[in-house]
Amino acid sequence: MKHLLSAGDLSRDEANLILDTAEEMRSLADRPIKKLPALRGRTVVNLFFEDSTRTRISFEAAAKRLSADVINFSAKGSSVSKGESLKDTALTLQAMGADGVVCRHGSSGAPHLLATSGWMTGAVVNAGDGTHEHPTQALLDAFTMRRHLGSLEGRRVTIVGDVLHSRVARSNVLLLSTLGAEVTVVAPPTLLPVEMRSWPCVTSYDLDAALPKSDAVMMLRVQRERMNDAYFPSAREYTRRYGLDVHRMAQLPDEAIVLHPGPMNRGMEISAEVADSTRSVIVEQVTNGVAIRMAVLYLLLSGSNESNEESNA
Amino acid sequence: MNPAQSADQTAAPKRGTRTVLDASDISRALTRIAHEILERNRGADPVVLLGIPTRGVGLAARIAARIAAVEGQSVPTGSLDVTMYRDDIGLKPPRGLEHTDIPAGGIDGKVVVLVDDVLFSGRTIRAALDAIGDIGRPRAVQLAVLVDRGHRELPIRADYVGKNLPTSLVERVTVHLTEYDGVDAVLIADKTTTGVKA
Repeated sequence: MKHLLSAGDLSRDEANLILDTAEEMRSLADRPIKKLPALRGRTVVNLFFEDSTRTRISFEAAAKRLSADVINFSAKGSSVSKGESLKDTALTLQAMGADGVVCRHGSSGAPHLLATSGWMTGAVVNAGDGTHEHPTQALLDAFTMRRHLGSLEGRRVTIVGDVLHSRVARSNVLLLSTLGAEVTVVAPPTLLPVEMRSWPCVTSYDLDAALPKSDAVMMLRVQRERMNDAYFPSAREYTRRYGLDVHRMAQLPDEAIVLHPGPMNRGMEISAEVADSTRSVIVEQVTNGVAIRMAVLYLLLSGSNESNEESNA
Repeated sequence: MNPAQSADQTAAPKRGTRTVLDASDISRALTRIAHEILERNRGADPVVLLGIPTRGVGLAARIAARIAAVEGQSVPTGSLDVTMYRDDIGLKPPRGLEHTDIPAGGIDGKVVVLVDDVLFSGRTIRAALDAIGDIGRPRAVQLAVLVDRGHRELPIRADYVGKNLPTSLVERVTVHLTEYDGVDAVLIADKTTTGVKA
């Protein structure tokens, strides 16, 4: 594993290695000194071309807890606003000796381009590209579910909402099916992508039918900033048919949990009572996000890239 | 764990492999170490045992059981993964982490006894000392190993040794424990004739 570009690239063993490593990283939160020396002397650049609060802070915290040096780059206030290309930005990072680049970009495929173009030699982590993928979010979701439900083999996960614009949904469907979960995607027909048949999941338009047989429900944010068309008649109608409120939540099995990748539109796809209920693991997802990103950065950046078979004694 | 395979290994060792400690030798060595720990620390009160994964954890549990049998009180026992503190971390491919489990009482003011299977270069123990420093401040740190095979690269020595085993650098020392390998044995193999991973 040299880069993390897509959740679909991960084999089951690789995904489990990341989740197991994250489990160890998470125990660090209980220690007096929340720092490990694993990435001492390495430089991680957070390259954010798109706005983000939790993902960028989460990656920054993860890199710092592993003792890496962190350089934050956001497109606003940088040379990108003067018209610098992705290539020139990458060459600059290479010249500065970045060992790892965490990239968020509004265009799908930008991290892939960074990783494969040869402009830079560091490891690339996709932190969300356009409407394509957000693999670390899927990993932290799977990690959160695993902590509550145990093994995901045969578990039923329902993903609800704006799948068309959601990189979180795509990454989750790919990763959860790799881990053996049965995924159902529920959305209005207008918010489902056309090539849905190639996804390893079931689709449905009826949330009430899916809820009673769900071990976990993931509500997606309605991404208004990406909607330049009318995808549903009104926000109220969307909420009535696809929003999760207390009455709908009552249909869930007893141990089922509710996830949301954030930021939430309270009152739109999820009601405030549900978001603050005991079933909701939304705050825990943020804590787990740091552990997952530590695991990913550790596994990508800690070792040398040549694989030799020498063992220690 | 595959008992059939392990039994096969002890019954008919590969060419160049010999058993230097068998199950009863290991048992006696651990019993002696348990008594030495109690004698040196005047009882079990201040002692916390931390095994270094993988086999150090099993050895720590066995020593803890012996101390409990002698003193009638259990000592806090945990495990300490040192992977991220190793000095060769940037030189080798990334490795998965082992489990770290610090006993609930912590280690501040305690006597931490590190337990490992083989003491060789001393680099693992150096890493363990750094790891301990990030967890707390013990009153003292002591080291118990089943086998000391020499060839130290750092000024580190063990306080409790099961067996001193003079070896050459081309030899490889392998510790088998029932809970991981189905059999208790310490083997020496010639690196050039076997591909066994230590």
